Amino acid sequence: MNKTSDVIVIGAGVVGCSAAYYLAKAGLKVTVLERREIAFGASGRNGTGARQSGRDNRELPLAMFGVQNIWPTLGEELGEDIEYVQNGNMRMGKTEKDLAALQEIVAANRELGLDIRLLTDIKDIRELLPMVADDVICATWCPTDGHANPMRTTLALYKKARALGAKFITNIKVLKLEKVAGQLRRVYTDDGVFEADRVILCAGYGSRKIMRTVGLDVPMLPQLTEAFITEPIPAVTEKYLCAADGSFYAQQQCNGTWLVGGDSNYEIYDANYPREVTFSFSAPRIARFFLEYMPTLAGVKVIRSWSGLLDMCWDGCPVISKVEEVPGLYIGCAFTGHGFGIGPAAGYVLAQMAMDEEPAADLSGLRYDRFRMPSH
Amino acid sequence: MSSICDETYHLGEFEPRPDDDTIICRCEEITRGEIRRAIHDGMYTINEVKRFLRVGMGLCQGQSCIKIVRGIIAEELGIPMSEVNVITARSPVRPVPMGVYGNDTFDPKFLGGDEDE
Repeated sequence: MNKTSDVIVIGAGVVGCSAAYYLAKAGLKVTVLERREIAFGASGRNGTGARQSGRDNRELPLAMFGVQNIWPTLGEELGEDIEYVQNGNMRMGKTEKDLAALQEIVAANRELGLDIRLLTDIKDIRELLPMVADDVICATWCPTDGHANPMRTTLALYKKARALGAKFITNIKVLKLEKVAGQLRRVYTDDGVFEADRVILCAGYGSRKIMRTVGLDVPMLPQLTEAFITEPIPAVTEKYLCAADGSFYAQQQCNGTWLVGGDSNYEIYDANYPREVTFSFSAPRIARFFLEYMPTLAGVKVIRSWSGLLDMCWDGCPVISKVEEVPGLYIGCAFTGHGFGIGPAAGYVLAQMAMDEEPAADLSGLRYDRFRMPSH
Repeated sequence: MSSICDETYHLGEFEPRPDDDTIICRCEEITRGEIRRAIHDGMYTINEVKRFLRVGMGLCQGQSCIKIVRGIIAEELGIPMSEVNVITARSPVRPVPMGVYGNDTFDPKFLGGDEDE
């Protein structure tokens, strides 16, 4: 097996497959190393949102770039139906605290020119979502947000990258990175040494252990989260729904099923945490919160629940950055549970940086060296 | 398939077969041909085939089709079926109405009968 290439990508999730696709499309020789299977981690388990609203302004430029330039044409480009729909995102609230949180989001996101509105009249909210619960008092509405099928998006990127000549190796464990003459060159694995002048590290929480071998660290923690899916039912709404307090997110997929997820934030206190299984209390709790907003769906049957690990960053924003201290290393990790929506765009800009191009979106707030101890 | 797997390994030209139109996953209406095509496009594991096509992710959760899908993967890759993983079993075992699922208490109105009964 030839172990030398132009670029090595570590991690075959949506970011890695996207980077591999754009690099292979530009004619570069790419090798992707994956610990498990393609889309095995968060890319195959997430909540499907292709969302801009409610994002931190540091990552909003990349999210907006993705929605404007990548998502609308990605399926066609890949020759697969990735089930992308752009029918808006509603973030709803029931309390004064929720309202304050939504006001803050709207004020911040509008600064960067995002079309996001605050609705405080139940009539306006009902017009967009007729079956919503009576006690909803406020909602943000971002019409350009949407959702896509994450499993299919990731695997379609993989399929196309592979067809363009990118080499994918699964079930391989990356042990360490090594510099040669000041330049990143070697990637040690449990199947020998791979070599390239450029390495893109996008292995979710697994990135942390790998980057430590060249003296870097990003403060992040693995956090377990759960989601469930229901039986298919006739179309209710194509809008992406979520709660201001983060208790649930939900959307009806193209095949009629409802995908609902959320955090209980309780799992980390379990004695066996982290473990890759579901907890008996998590998904039911999400269902309870969801029904508080969408009570008419109480009879829809849940058919499957699953869990996944978020790579939670200390300051809630991903790291998408070139690493000056390790020339040749590019990092895309710590997506904090909102990575899928910017995943294809993140792969795109990482590929750009690895080809010495100026990234298409402003990434200045997502640098790897932004972490300092708080001064207060 | 625990050994290191080079996904760039090519299975050769995709050859259509007369039974490619047979529906294998009835819940998601996926045919044998679509599954065979996906395997030729690089989906070499049961998880990859499942995530790409949603086979076994419908109402029956793969109880009727996954054995056949595993057989197709084994046949296309030329490996014994014992080397193809089973899909992860997910809770709940049977479909449960959200209202029951989310509640600690039992409420007969979610069983589909009249509420007045």
